[in-house]
Amino acid sequence: MDFLIQLLVNGISIGFLYGLAAMGFVMIFKSSSVLNFAHGELLAAGAFIFLTLVTWAKLPIFLAFVITLAGTFVLGFVIERLFLRPLIGEPLIYVIMLTVGLASIFKGLMLLIWGGNLYIYPDFLPAHLSIQMGSINIPPVYVISIVIGLLFLTLFGFFFKFSSQGIYMRSVADNQTASLSLGVNVRRVFALSWAIAALVAGMSGIILGIINGINVHDLSSVGLKVFPVVILGGLDSIGGAIVGGLIIGLLETFTGGYLSPSLRDVVPYIVLVFILLVRPYGLFGLVEIERV
Amino acid sequence: MKDNTLLQLNNISVVYSDVIQVLKGVSLLVEQNKIVSLLGSNGAGKTTTLKAISGLLKPENGKVTDGTLMYEGKEIQNSAPEDITRMGIIQVLEGRQPFKYLTIEENLRVGTATRWGKPYKKDMELIYDYFPPLVKRKKTLAGYCSGGELQMLVIGRALIAHPKLLLLDEPSLGLAPLVVKEIFKIIRRINEEQGTTIILVEQNANMALQIAHYGYVMENGKIVMEGKADELKKNPDVREFYLGMGASGLTKSYKDVKAYKRRKRWL
Repeated sequence: MDFLIQLLVNGISIGFLYGLAAMGFVMIFKSSSVLNFAHGELLAAGAFIFLTLVTWAKLPIFLAFVITLAGTFVLGFVIERLFLRPLIGEPLIYVIMLTVGLASIFKGLMLLIWGGNLYIYPDFLPAHLSIQMGSINIPPVYVISIVIGLLFLTLFGFFFKFSSQGIYMRSVADNQTASLSLGVNVRRVFALSWAIAALVAGMSGIILGIINGINVHDLSSVGLKVFPVVILGGLDSIGGAIVGGLIIGLLETFTGGYLSPSLRDVVPYIVLVFILLVRPYGLFGLVEIERV
Repeated sequence: MKDNTLLQLNNISVVYSDVIQVLKGVSLLVEQNKIVSLLGSNGAGKTTTLKAISGLLKPENGKVTDGTLMYEGKEIQNSAPEDITRMGIIQVLEGRQPFKYLTIEENLRVGTATRWGKPYKKDMELIYDYFPPLVKRKKTLAGYCSGGELQMLVIGRALIAHPKLLLLDEPSLGLAPLVVKEIFKIIRRINEEQGTTIILVEQNANMALQIAHYGYVMENGKIVMEGKADELKKNPDVREFYLGMGASGLTKSYKDVKAYKRRKRWL
């Protein structure tokens, strides 16, 4: 029983991380219908920027965290400005191929700078954050990933539901011509969605780095795991990203715990195939409203 | 140029994808606080004319290659839609085009995009006053609303931006006659109460000429006729081809073969 609960807790916190990573992916897809194959690299970039600031520049943790978030935000902005903007109006497949190229470039750059070694952060999380219930122990980093996951979910929920900028972003995703006709600055919306996506990715990169250690290959392969998560949850649903993340996270830890650790990476994809057969638009994806 | 001119198109040509010429020298003049109606059959270039004004040609790979578009004394041809909307020109697209997954209220809020940080609550009241059916649909997704409600919505959405010049592209498309009547009544009210200048593109020439002050008839990318709305209504050619009446005022019959020849003159 304790084993089950422990697995459940691990699954949920890993799930929130996947959900967080997927959230950024969904942001980009929602506003511009682009599948970002460089998402894992953005994740890794966040983790490495933080690593550099903490171990090399020896900045206080909190400051390093804030600078990393700001840095990834700017990084997303720059990527959009330099690479994506010239392709506005071109067929989507070009843009998607471009992100595949970006992924290779970033991965190469990061390998060049930091190498393929496994790094770990200095232990900075206060131990009293961990929760002890009977024989079940939740380490601080899991607590943090759950808290941050919930926090960002609500933040984004409010942002898209109530803020003007959020509503403009949704309007662009919905009907680009109509939003242009009303004066919505579509380019700004694209830039903002990349910036926010990079920020969220960078943050989940940091937390994943705390759990698993920081390695270019490991972190960028999480970008691939984002696919079953978002397709499961629905490509255009922020809430769906979290739920999809939780399901994949739980599936992974349970298969790892009860069946075999070597199966844990396969089972999510098997489930994905079956869910797609039943609900091709994902669990929370938009069902096309057809009007005749 | 007279003082009360708001917009003047000077012999403009529009080309799509560098090869397809759609407008071949269109000139028209829009005076402040007037409703100007643009009539013509399908493919005449009415919608293209509107898009040339609002800057929406660009995403469709179209370009004004010749002529000038003067708005309040400034040349605006080929400007970005973000800039043109901020000067007070808002286009209501053909076929309604709501944001289907946004509620009515959120749809209306998108209309605030041209200005920053200004309150929108008062504008909402105004819109609900013009379009009472929208009030009880506030929280409904636009995708589930009826055609009439959506037409009201998209006009309302444009009004939130406080346009000086409103471009309406076929507001009567696919609506029941009674709803069309209602919407045209509101369009006239907006013009009178808000002082909004309106360019109205219509297939329904009869309705359009009832509320317009001035009219232009387009064919094959050219203006072929213009005049005060009352005069256009009496013009035998317009009566026959756009109002669906024979030259004598009776419904047209196939016996009247001459019509073909007369129409040809315009092409």
